[in-house]
Amino acid sequence: MRLSELDQGLSAVVQEVEDLTEKDPISRRLRDYGFVSGEPVRLVGRGPIGADPLLVQVGYTRFALRRNEAARIIVGEPA
Amino acid sequence: MSEAALPMRLALVGSPNCGKTALFNLLTGGRQKVANYAGVTVERKEGRFSTPSGRHYLLLDLPGAYSLDAASPDEIITRKVCLGEFPGESVPDLIVCVADATNLRLHLRFVLEVRKLGRPMVLALNMSDAARRRGIRIDVDKLQARLGIPVVETVAVRHGGAAELTRCLEREVPAAAVAEDSSDLHSQVRELIAEAVSMPRRTAEIDDAIDRIVLHPALGLVLLAAIMFLIFQAVFSWAEPLMEAIEIGVAHLGTWVGGALTSMPMLQSLVVDGIFAGIGSVLVFLPQILILFLFILALEESGYLPRAAFLLDRLMLGAGLTGRSFIPLLSSFACAIPGIMATRSIQDPRDRLTTILIAPLMTCSARLPVYALLIAAFIPQRTVAGIFNLQGVVLFSLYVAGIVSALAVAWVIKLLRKDKSEHALLMELPSYRVPHVRDIAIGLWERANIFLKRVGGIILSLTIILWFLSTFPAPPAGATEPAINYSFAGQLGHLLHLVFAPLGFNWQICIALVPGLAAREVAVSSLATVYALSGHEEGLQAIVASQWTLATALSLLAWYVFAPMCISTLATVRRETNSWRQVWIMAVYLFALAYVASLLTYQIARVLGS
Repeated sequence: MRLSELDQGLSAVVQEVEDLTEKDPISRRLRDYGFVSGEPVRLVGRGPIGADPLLVQVGYTRFALRRNEAARIIVGEPA
Repeated sequence: MSEAALPMRLALVGSPNCGKTALFNLLTGGRQKVANYAGVTVERKEGRFSTPSGRHYLLLDLPGAYSLDAASPDEIITRKVCLGEFPGESVPDLIVCVADATNLRLHLRFVLEVRKLGRPMVLALNMSDAARRRGIRIDVDKLQARLGIPVVETVAVRHGGAAELTRCLEREVPAAAVAEDSSDLHSQVRELIAEAVSMPRRTAEIDDAIDRIVLHPALGLVLLAAIMFLIFQAVFSWAEPLMEAIEIGVAHLGTWVGGALTSMPMLQSLVVDGIFAGIGSVLVFLPQILILFLFILALEESGYLPRAAFLLDRLMLGAGLTGRSFIPLLSSFACAIPGIMATRSIQDPRDRLTTILIAPLMTCSARLPVYALLIAAFIPQRTVAGIFNLQGVVLFSLYVAGIVSALAVAWVIKLLRKDKSEHALLMELPSYRVPHVRDIAIGLWERANIFLKRVGGIILSLTIILWFLSTFPAPPAGATEPAINYSFAGQLGHLLHLVFAPLGFNWQICIALVPGLAAREVAVSSLATVYALSGHEEGLQAIVASQWTLATALSLLAWYVFAPMCISTLATVRRETNSWRQVWIMAVYLFALAYVASLLTYQIARVLGS
């Protein structure tokens, strides 16, 4: 499942971040932010227009990610 | 060479919004801008301080970076300085790596990345007071042992909050850091946190509670609109008594000084018609500018701005922008120059360029005097719908007009670019903070200073130049019209009038437009000078109300929504984009928009009978 498909308020664990292009700068930045394998994430909220962007908690920090950015993050059930 | 002659060079590095600049200000007594969002500092800043034992240090404040694998122009500066690649600058002797003690999962990764550089380094765990309040316990000794570098706790916003750091600097110069190059940085961070940090909850409870309301899809938008509207209401309703006081004070002083100069009519005219009429008419807007800044500074410190960016991102994406553009654009309400510089925190060069090009459409505070003058002269002071000040409503709509046209221009740029590739948002939402009264007071003081320096510098000089141009040459003998009609400025005004007559501008306005290019407020002071020299005795507002038609006033308002920006803005665009082409594009499109908007406004208003 992708992070963009997660229901609001639910948690999951990051499996990997996909590169859409070679050396995808967005994916690289997501990994810098802490979206790496094994990291728990939670979908905290959604933006008012078109439920975009997404408010995502990873580590102790909250990030605003657009849907297509969050779609790069593959997540699984919490262990 | 002795140590005193060559101060040790320290560099503050760390993730965005960890408090590097606050620490810089605390150590050096500096007054660099601090706020609560990622990317406030976009330049390398330098300051000096000495420790109690008398050692001297040169301290560099650098833009925050999530990674040394730099993505945005401000991060590149940090990387270059750390690696010693920054032109004209040697590698810092010691890196003071700053991390937010409440946000270690994110910030420690960057600390580890910096450690890999193998330079002497100290880690400052900043906001350690906030961490303690949230029940976060950090075992500093263990962290120090595991990292192999000195670790100190700091509270950059408290007097004496850097004492541990200065003590550490006095003890010894830390050796070059050694990185264990084993597993990847993220798993090292996890191990460090598991060993040395205990955290009762991942986020502050209060942040969660506030975000539930502020980021609520419906409530959040209502709140955002209410905040913006409140600001513009306050600018008009709260400033009134202060403005009157300034007006009366300046008028009295002018009469008094003028009375003392009756023996020298030329000098009297320069002082009364030139300096007092000109400067007084601008000075009166200081209270409104400060009220606007009070709100902007409070919003910046609170951590609300990135939330507003979150709420508006989708809307801005539709126009070909990003939520990240929101903060630079909001800064442009103060002045387009810091706004344009703040775009350095936008990673995507296309988004950055678009944001730069539309930044001058945000109504900067220099335009406020023009708006305020015309609104006060033509819009009745009335309450509408029970609670709203009509003048405030009109001001609000002028700001909205600027915003809407900015979005439209951005959208056109997007169409012209025919670019379908992806733009990034990826934005951190910081913890909320109660704004510090001291920081806001300093911010307002700095703002008042900047404004008064403008009044005493460029505005005063232009006013005096304009007085000369409007006074000489003297009218020929037997002239029947006011003397100013025969002066250089009068002739120039009449010449420009040929171009601007279709917009409903009279020749006095045409004169004022020219110095208005250097600084927009000068348009107001120039009008005051021109009318004073034409023999009008009343205040500028009364003159405008009696001499101009409503159509002319509306047309001039429309002109200033788009008004080709001041020259310093163009210079900033040149510097930030490194291209004259962008400067020309900007100047031409703004001029064209201003002309067309004023033309339509004037002609339509005339047809409708005003």
